[in-house]
Amino acid sequence: MNRIVKKEQWSPEVFSMDIECPLVARQHKAGQFIILQLGGDFNERIPLTVADKDVEKGTITIVFQTVGATTHLLARKNVGDDIPNILGPLGHPTDIEKFGKVVCVGGGIGVAPLYPIAQAMKAAGNDVKIIIGARTKNLVIMEDKMRSIDPDLTIVTDDGSYGRKALVTVPLKEFCENWHPDEAVAIGPPVMMKFCALTTQPFGVKTVVSLNTIMIDGTGMCGGCRVSIGGQTKFVCVDGPEFDGHQVDWNNMLSRLGTFKPQEAEEHHRCHLDLGIPEGKA
Amino acid sequence: MKSAKELDEIAAKLRKNSYTPKERMAIPLQEMPVQAPEVRIHNMDEVALGFSENQAIVEASRCLGCKNHPCVEGCPVRIDIPGFVSHVASGDMKGAYSVISQSSLLPAICGRVCPQENQCQKFCTVGKMHKDIEQSVGIGRLERYVADAMSAQGYEIIPEVAAATGKKVAVVGSGPASIAAAADLRKAGHEVFMFEALHKGGGVLVYGIPEFRLPKKIVASEIGKLEKMGVHIQTNFLVGRTMTLDALMKEEGFDAVFVGSGAGLPKLLGVPGENLVGVFSANEYLTRSNLMHSYDPDHALTPAIKSEKVAVFGGGNVAMDAARTALRLGASEVTIVYRRSENELPARHEEVGHAKEEGVHFLFLHAPVEVQGDDKGRVTGVVLQTCVLGEPDASGRRSPVPVEGSEKFYQFDTVIAAIGNGSNPLIKMTTPQIETNRRGNFIVNEETLETSIPGVFAGGDIVLGAATVILAMGQGRQAAKAMNEYLSGK
Repeated sequence: MNRIVKKEQWSPEVFSMDIECPLVARQHKAGQFIILQLGGDFNERIPLTVADKDVEKGTITIVFQTVGATTHLLARKNVGDDIPNILGPLGHPTDIEKFGKVVCVGGGIGVAPLYPIAQAMKAAGNDVKIIIGARTKNLVIMEDKMRSIDPDLTIVTDDGSYGRKALVTVPLKEFCENWHPDEAVAIGPPVMMKFCALTTQPFGVKTVVSLNTIMIDGTGMCGGCRVSIGGQTKFVCVDGPEFDGHQVDWNNMLSRLGTFKPQEAEEHHRCHLDLGIPEGKA
Repeated sequence: MKSAKELDEIAAKLRKNSYTPKERMAIPLQEMPVQAPEVRIHNMDEVALGFSENQAIVEASRCLGCKNHPCVEGCPVRIDIPGFVSHVASGDMKGAYSVISQSSLLPAICGRVCPQENQCQKFCTVGKMHKDIEQSVGIGRLERYVADAMSAQGYEIIPEVAAATGKKVAVVGSGPASIAAAADLRKAGHEVFMFEALHKGGGVLVYGIPEFRLPKKIVASEIGKLEKMGVHIQTNFLVGRTMTLDALMKEEGFDAVFVGSGAGLPKLLGVPGENLVGVFSANEYLTRSNLMHSYDPDHALTPAIKSEKVAVFGGGNVAMDAARTALRLGASEVTIVYRRSENELPARHEEVGHAKEEGVHFLFLHAPVEVQGDDKGRVTGVVLQTCVLGEPDASGRRSPVPVEGSEKFYQFDTVIAAIGNGSNPLIKMTTPQIETNRRGNFIVNEETLETSIPGVFAGGDIVLGAATVILAMGQGRQAAKAMNEYLSGK
């Protein structure tokens, strides 16, 4: 069940895995996610996005960064190992239509879930422009796959070690000014999505963001993932994960994401100690 | 409570069956030993410790074996109560277990969580003769004793399964309604697949009801019984997403489906500030502790919620569970805030008593107006309004009427909403042709529990709204009976 058939390490902290999960592979559509739990009584449930799938092989591809205990433990799994619990696909698929011109913005590992969406947008007949950003060169992922969709792919890094030295909002603003997109999709760290939404708002470009909030069951039962969208409470797991970025109460969402921050910082430290991993390595 | 020696004497006399009915009426009610409140608030272990064998025999001997056995009428699954109680009185626990097993698959669970005071024990002749329902025979405690004693001996009755019918049935969810339905469907010889979204079976019995009220190893062993009967349990499978109801029937060839997906949509406070950091639904609060074991921070990866002053809104069993869990997670002060008065509390009397003993405070006739927070978006407290009781509402309870101008700020760092659950919308969302009422509950034929889709039946909280474990089980059995008839004609 859920056997890892391929594993790649893309950077010190970023891994990609192909996992046999035929039911999820068959049902998954761009924009949907899974919840994973590593078995036993004590492991947590974490939501992860799906970067790709192969229906014939019955596999899904997940891309993750080692940030918490579970992603650290997951990174230690190898080809041939099983992942005890995977639930999915969860959430609504992305609304894919022929909008005309669509700009897709991915930051960090947010590039992974953006890939199937950009692919589907292209397949639906849209003219697709892609911007991908990362802190530094070795954190830039899926460049080739993205270039296959948009040959003019824009790459930015915070430190200028690769592509332009800029934040993703700089080329996004330029596209809004010069290319006039009909729709934008932004997936990445919450602060990046917030600023992408703020960038497109003056231009009236609808901006879809994919929220990755704290979640437990992923079926609408606990409400831990709730966010305020246009003044209404919504559950990311069943009403989302994608919402209109101009409607999201970003401050509330960011503070809710920090609910367990003090505990998580301690836990990250503990992971490294317990697993004997030096800081800065997965 | 009698000393052990006195109990021995009574039990010995009872075994010789030399009591007259009048003497029987004089046998003292047996109280179940419990962990002391000051001890138990520091652990997650079960509060009630269960009868000793002699206590069980003595308690069972209080039953007069009356002709009409009104207790059976009060039981949603119609257990032959006088039958099993008389076996207990004679010390034949296996015999008692066998009688219970004819009607209930979950005696260890129902003995603990059924509201017996509103069911079997409400009608008990002994209680009536004493003019005090608290003096009724402790049927729930006896049921629990029998189940625990048998499990301690490793003795189990796995219900017999009829010859294979060749029919395939899906059961959606693995809570009490689904467990009861799956058992009866399997007994009839159908191939049964149970689909559970979480990584563990048991539904609300696992994520909702705390360890100190229902140890999870008991739930696991009851689920294990289903597996021994040959029910296939598929966890990590969310009907509606992993596969739709339609696909189950049309592509996977299921001949009938039972939906027992529960009331899994938490109601929030509905006041400004309901999404501040530190405001939780009782479902989230309890799931973290129960399913994810966050009360054991040395082992669990799911972080526990650390609190000082906790407000729990609501007055049902879930509110009691959340408040008592908060104490065990280390909160220094826990207050249950309820809009009505103590008389209207929907929670079981016993649960309210346990909460009070443990030091939970109650603030009656208060309703939330606004949750307030600091500049980091974290809860600092709640503005409450006092209420007075007005006319009875549709539920028959006097409805709370807020008093204008009575608003006052109360300091809390954690706020838990335990004000009920709506029905989970996922199956409706992905199966639009299923008919639901305005609350999202499935509309079913009252007799057969069949939904608007032929071959699809439903029971438990998805039909009833939030109810009890035993009512859900009762519906599971009722639906299974109709499904067995439906399948035999197919």
